[in-house]
Amino acid sequence: MNKEELKARLEGLLPSPAFEEGTEWTTVLVDQTGWEGFAREIRFCEGLEFDYLFCLTAVDWRTHFTVVYHFTSTIRRHMLVVKVKLDHDQPVIRTVSDIWRTAEFHEREAFDLFGVVFTDHPDLRRLFMTDEWKGWPLRKDYEDPVNMIKL
Amino acid sequence: MIEEIGTTEQGDLVINLGPQHPSTHGVLHLVITLSGETIKKVEPHLGYIHRSIEKMCESLSYRQFIYVTSRMDYLSSHINNHGCALCVEKGMQIEVPARAKVIRVLMDELTRLASHQLWWGAMAMDVGALTPFFHAFRERESINDIMEETCGARLTMNYMVPGGVMADIHPNFQKRVKEFIRFFRTKIDEYDELVTGNIIFKSRMKGIGYLSPESAISYGCTGPTARGSGVSCDIRKLYPYEVYGQLSFEEVIDSGGGCFARYSVRMQEMRQSVSIIEQLIDNIPEGEFQAKTKAVLKLPKGEFYSRVETARGEFGVYIISEGGTTPYRIKFRSPGFSNLSALDHMARGHKIGDLVAIMGTLDLVIPDIDR
Repeated sequence: MNKEELKARLEGLLPSPAFEEGTEWTTVLVDQTGWEGFAREIRFCEGLEFDYLFCLTAVDWRTHFTVVYHFTSTIRRHMLVVKVKLDHDQPVIRTVSDIWRTAEFHEREAFDLFGVVFTDHPDLRRLFMTDEWKGWPLRKDYEDPVNMIKL
Repeated sequence: MIEEIGTTEQGDLVINLGPQHPSTHGVLHLVITLSGETIKKVEPHLGYIHRSIEKMCESLSYRQFIYVTSRMDYLSSHINNHGCALCVEKGMQIEVPARAKVIRVLMDELTRLASHQLWWGAMAMDVGALTPFFHAFRERESINDIMEETCGARLTMNYMVPGGVMADIHPNFQKRVKEFIRFFRTKIDEYDELVTGNIIFKSRMKGIGYLSPESAISYGCTGPTARGSGVSCDIRKLYPYEVYGQLSFEEVIDSGGGCFARYSVRMQEMRQSVSIIEQLIDNIPEGEFQAKTKAVLKLPKGEFYSRVETARGEFGVYIISEGGTTPYRIKFRSPGFSNLSALDHMARGHKIGDLVAIMGTLDLVIPDIDR
């Protein structure tokens, strides 16, 4: 499916579709509440079948967070980037680890480094940091004078 | 986590493997729940070598950050550097000279050979064969010498820079690579004779650690791990970069799904790498080895993603730029991280001795997972 067809197909799935222009791959912004339904649609719908989540990460934009999902399909070989905007004070989003198993580790990583909470995650704990670690290291306002990571 | 040793309510034994254990090849810590000798659950504990490389990169310039990436997957440092250089080049629309492209691919394939050799030796050692380790290191040493001559380093090369490669190849490079290839062709057959057909080895590997194609995709496995389950995922074939599109080589796929399939994929990949090197070594174009770039690189505002195939699978570099001289956010998608997440799924129901074999065929490099 080429970019135009994919865009047309996705427009049918979302109430108010918003696409980012000028990107290498089709990039769609999805609302936090509609995310779970949308995720199931793109995973299982005939013709879309994005079965392979190859990258999941979060970005701290100081005013808000975005969680960025990179998908591809091993059947159709098309690509899709999904972005979900989250509140900075309470970043909470539904897990997709029941749809793509790889998300389990990636979401734990995003939780560990950004403090993004994934609801219904089977095992949401710190991954790299110790359990008693304070703060979220990859946030822009994180300062740690003891373990300096800024140069 | 010492408090986790003990027995559960169901009477299962909980033991710790690592972080200091010869078969975990680095500081991987696994908490294993056992019923008798049978594995019920494997839980990896990570972070013993976490350096927060992504945060560090946020305060490094686009020329500097590539040096840090050599320290992630130290067995594929060329390929890590390559992925980062590609991402910066994509953002700045730098056209890389033909000579640099070929040198890069040659270096990538030599790295892949060296990495697979080390894996082969270590993996055989894990299942009880000590000799292959010395064979593998002997051959790997020749590659390291070739690298040292051109790049000045044996492990963290930092040879690929945005725009090309840091320096031209050493005058001896072609001669020595050809010598090595001639020597190594006979050695791969020796590897097969020594280990692949060995009946004890086969019985340790066959039918162990099955990973179905569906699970491999769902767990985001890449590289030989996924290709051993019959999933086509070689970035070099699917999304060719540099000169890979013009080369004739095969994507090795084995639909067996078990440890032996993953083993065979890597063995065949070594032969493919040798073939790629043979195709290129006499055809290095003349010309510049580096494009002219500005001293200070500035990426335009936007997002850039590059994908390359390391010895362990797909390595992705995701740069978000705000238009400055340093990245706003950088994410490294490391192959080992996703491959490790499938370990629990593969190991359940097997004996504890098989866990070491399964880990061996995953080819884990811990700094690559922890970053």
